[in-house]
Amino acid sequence: MSKVTIRIPTPLRTMVNNADEIILEGNTVREVLEQLTSQFDALNASLFNEEQELRHFVNLFLAETNIKDLQGLDTKVNDGDVISIIPAVAGG
Amino acid sequence: MNFKNVLKKLKETVKEVTPKQAYELQQKGYILLDIREPHEVSQGTPTGATRINRSHLEARVLQTFPDLEQPIMTMCASGERSLFVAQSLMQLGYRHVSSVSGGFVQWKNESLPFEMPEALTQNDRERYARQITMPEIKEKGQLKLSNAKVLCIGAGGLGSPIAMYLAAGGIGTIGIIDDDIVDRSNLQRQIIHTDERIGMTKTDSAEFTLKALNPTVNVKKYNSRLTSDNIEEVFSGYDVIVDGSDNFATRYLVNDACVKLKLPNVHGSVFRFEGQVTVFWPAYSKHRGPCYRCLYLEPPPPELAPSCADAGVLGILPGTIGLLEATETIKIILDLGDLLVGRLLHYDALKQRFVELKCQRNPDCLYCGDNREFPGYVDYQKFCRSSS
Repeated sequence: MSKVTIRIPTPLRTMVNNADEIILEGNTVREVLEQLTSQFDALNASLFNEEQELRHFVNLFLAETNIKDLQGLDTKVNDGDVISIIPAVAGG
Repeated sequence: MNFKNVLKKLKETVKEVTPKQAYELQQKGYILLDIREPHEVSQGTPTGATRINRSHLEARVLQTFPDLEQPIMTMCASGERSLFVAQSLMQLGYRHVSSVSGGFVQWKNESLPFEMPEALTQNDRERYARQITMPEIKEKGQLKLSNAKVLCIGAGGLGSPIAMYLAAGGIGTIGIIDDDIVDRSNLQRQIIHTDERIGMTKTDSAEFTLKALNPTVNVKKYNSRLTSDNIEEVFSGYDVIVDGSDNFATRYLVNDACVKLKLPNVHGSVFRFEGQVTVFWPAYSKHRGPCYRCLYLEPPPPELAPSCADAGVLGILPGTIGLLEATETIKIILDLGDLLVGRLLHYDALKQRFVELKCQRNPDCLYCGDNREFPGYVDYQKFCRSSS
């Protein structure tokens, strides 16, 4: 299991007790996110649809690369990796 | 010795050509050098002439024409100053120098071709001195800026710094579309407006500020909401679209129109303490980047996407993001540096951290994908209510 930092964006911080970063363990992006949503149930609906696919207005970046351009949720993670959750925001 | 005698003596040493001869020699490769002052040149100058005014002559002419064998014909308004300049050139070592008798006045009388050169006014040279000084911009770049037409979507938190810096920097035409009026709660971040303009349309208020900052800017106001029906008419003639809107429906509409019209879409968005900046421009010739839909296929449902009105926003944040959008806009116009095409800059004000994220295009994108025909505009309000 690898220790990975997840960066939480402002719109979702209220769902994770206002944490901006959470360190979790897992072998893939999916496993890490499952850890996250099992701890913070409210996040699940913001990140995943009913089929447990990543919602279309959210992007996950492993370091600077979109996981869509890697192996998606099955992308392997390593110790010290940083995953950024970047949702679409519209404010102006 | 009086002036008349000086001229007479000069004419003994400097060869003269008539305007007609000068025109014919110009076609054979002789340089026609207009040495008049900028305010004279701005009223017309022979087509194809080189323009170096007399006060800068010696240094510049050697730089421009290092070959002393190059034949040069000097021209002023009447053919007198040009005699003195011709003599100077001969002293510099040029071997084939002549002066055009009768000067530009006679040139025009003989109906020889002339043009009104594009040039900055003295006022502009002073105003943009710190920009023109930079070798990446110079007077040529400043003229590009003054010929550019930029449309700002929204005169709000993002639109305020965007429009103000573009106006200050000398963008010739700035369009502003916004159907809102100035509200007191806007002023914490929308610095283009003022307390005394509460209740005024945002487009009128923005125009006041931009004109006060730079009276030479042409401000085009659209006091209306952008819709599928008016968007192509509004976008017509603009070189760059800068998105400072505050809702997903407008952002998708702007994206779709920009993809269709091949326009650069400088994107910025903010929420509470964080913002995103990028340039969506699938038609960019140097790098094939994504469109908004490649990155965000669908908008969040309203319950997951509270507006700034509901969720709040740090007043300075749209300033930071708007300035980055304005910077990208200037770079696009000047074809300068590396654009944020294919890169999303994410800013977290609380962490005071910028992260650069790679954004690749989606080859299957319905709007900008390979060999796709434009699928048409959709009902954007409905699209933004029904996302999954």
